[in-house]
Amino acid sequence: MSDILVSEQSASGPGGSGRPSGRLLEVDDLRVEFRTRDGVAKVINGVTYHVDAGETLAVLGESGSGKSVTAQTIMGILDTPPGFVTGGQVRFHGKDMLRMSDEERRRIRGEGIAMIFQDALSALNPVFTVGFQIAEQFRVRRGMGRAEAKKRAIDMLDQVKIPNAKGRFNNYPHQFSGGMRQRAMIAMSLALDPEVLIADEPTTALDVTVQAQIMDLLAELQRERQMGMILITHDLGVVADVADRIAVMYAGRIVEEADVYDLYAKPAHPYTMGLIESIPRLDEKGQQLRTIKGLPPNLMNIPPGCPFNPRCPMAQPVCRETIPPLLQVGNARASACHFAEELVNRV
Amino acid sequence: MGRYLLRRLLQLVPVFIGTTFLIYWLVWAVPGDPFAGKCGERRCPDQYIAFMTEKYHLDQNVFVQYFTYMKNLLQGDFGQTFSQREISDIILTSYPNTLKLAVVALAIEAVIGLGAGVLTGLRRNGFLDNLVLVSTLFLIALPVFVVGFVLQWLLGVQWGIIKPTVSSEMRWSELIVPGFVLGSASVAYIARVARTSIAENRRADYVRTAIAKGLPMRRVVGVHLLRNSLIPVVTLLGTDLGALMGGAIVTEGIFSINGIGRQVFRAIITKESATVVGIVVVLVLVYLLMNLLVDLLYAALDPRIRYE
Repeated sequence: MSDILVSEQSASGPGGSGRPSGRLLEVDDLRVEFRTRDGVAKVINGVTYHVDAGETLAVLGESGSGKSVTAQTIMGILDTPPGFVTGGQVRFHGKDMLRMSDEERRRIRGEGIAMIFQDALSALNPVFTVGFQIAEQFRVRRGMGRAEAKKRAIDMLDQVKIPNAKGRFNNYPHQFSGGMRQRAMIAMSLALDPEVLIADEPTTALDVTVQAQIMDLLAELQRERQMGMILITHDLGVVADVADRIAVMYAGRIVEEADVYDLYAKPAHPYTMGLIESIPRLDEKGQQLRTIKGLPPNLMNIPPGCPFNPRCPMAQPVCRETIPPLLQVGNARASACHFAEELVNRV
Repeated sequence: MGRYLLRRLLQLVPVFIGTTFLIYWLVWAVPGDPFAGKCGERRCPDQYIAFMTEKYHLDQNVFVQYFTYMKNLLQGDFGQTFSQREISDIILTSYPNTLKLAVVALAIEAVIGLGAGVLTGLRRNGFLDNLVLVSTLFLIALPVFVVGFVLQWLLGVQWGIIKPTVSSEMRWSELIVPGFVLGSASVAYIARVARTSIAENRRADYVRTAIAKGLPMRRVVGVHLLRNSLIPVVTLLGTDLGALMGGAIVTEGIFSINGIGRQVFRAIITKESATVVGIVVVLVLVYLLMNLLVDLLYAALDPRIRYE
């Protein structure tokens, strides 16, 4: 029965070194493709990142860059078909989750790694009360009785600062406002005290003012609980205050990874540079907004060489021939650009 | 909720009056002399005709007739057949039998239809899915009397697994095959609706959330997925009870069950209009109340539906 909704494809083919490294959660050379009627879309093409306890990694990218699919693969909620893992590893405490049994993997969900989704309205079950959906985890996973589970669930609602938590226990998701719903979603994901929290665009569906509140709450909870957090977003503004490190994704690859200050101060990849330049600035009134020209590549037909080369202002012949690997540049940062050194060393 | 219920019940009144009037009017408006052939070979004596005309208010216009009929009905008086038998007696003996048959049919629909729908909805395009799709198409396409006679002949006559007809005690075990026959088309519809509903919802975000919470698959499907997918199925099942009772004529005929279908059929043939109206009026009531029940069940299943 368990393979009906999620079937995990065990990793095969190249990739995955398999050596333990003491990291909390590592994604290692992950490859995922979507097999559709129109062809095979290579959605993830060797993504490697990691997150440790107490740190926040922001994964930044446009829609279709593969940031959410990576998260779904980590969680084991990739829709199969069409999605298939074709290579790489996802190691939790050094153990490859892609080779675990369904049961082993299920136990990690919620307790080891939990996830917050973008649209809390559709992510919460419309026909059960918010309280039920939180308490359910205490009852099913911790074997608590009804009364104790309810007490713990109310406590969780309190922790995410939902006013009158007790009174709202029996409310349905549609009776909550957008921000409150996302808070409830956070309460639910943190119920089993996970070591890693994946937040997939947690504020995209919200008002700007509410966005800030939710990000503050997430940052606070992350600090208190010393969780590892993977924050997936397409919004550079959201990232700046919260993240420790940033991984920028493009066409299913990490193109740059750096400390948050380094990345803003001196991007080591033309794509990151384009992203930062395209943020509207208040101190440059009257200037035309700069954008990255062109569109992200069709994932069924990724151009040879660097996938960014058709849009890159710095593209050289080499970019059309060789895929630049993600290499160290300077101190504790990496870039997948042939000209990373030049970019970092420019004045 | 209380106010909603009251409003819905009040809404039933004009619907009830409208439908019953139409039925009354249509049944008594059937052309032909209701007393032809009532007195053997001879023409009925004028005295008899005068008495009967008086008794059923046949000399008055249809509105007065209907009004008188309803007035008696509300006092529990369904009137008498032409042979002076209390119609309420007929209703009391035949309705429980039909209800029993319809409930068996409904149970079979719920178990087989829902079961097949859930299994195939979870695994679309598998062997079972194709088997169910083909067999439901078969059931939908076949008229009830074909399914009935074939099963009666095959199971009852050829193989001797069941008795070809149902005894007057109406044991539950005897009603399984007639119940299946009665519900055969509905079983197929239920299976298909459940299948679509499950298949649609199984990729829903909240199902994904339930998996991400680390719930066992049994619970994800049995609690989170099923509850959402049940809504269209419940509608179908609820409105079906009335349809099953009204549609039992053929099945009751095949398996010789003394139910309302048989009584209505006999009454129509013998032009016992009062009997026809009496039975159908009760049927209308069952329909209306089942519809109301379904609407109330909606709210229990889907809290987004509010009654204000």
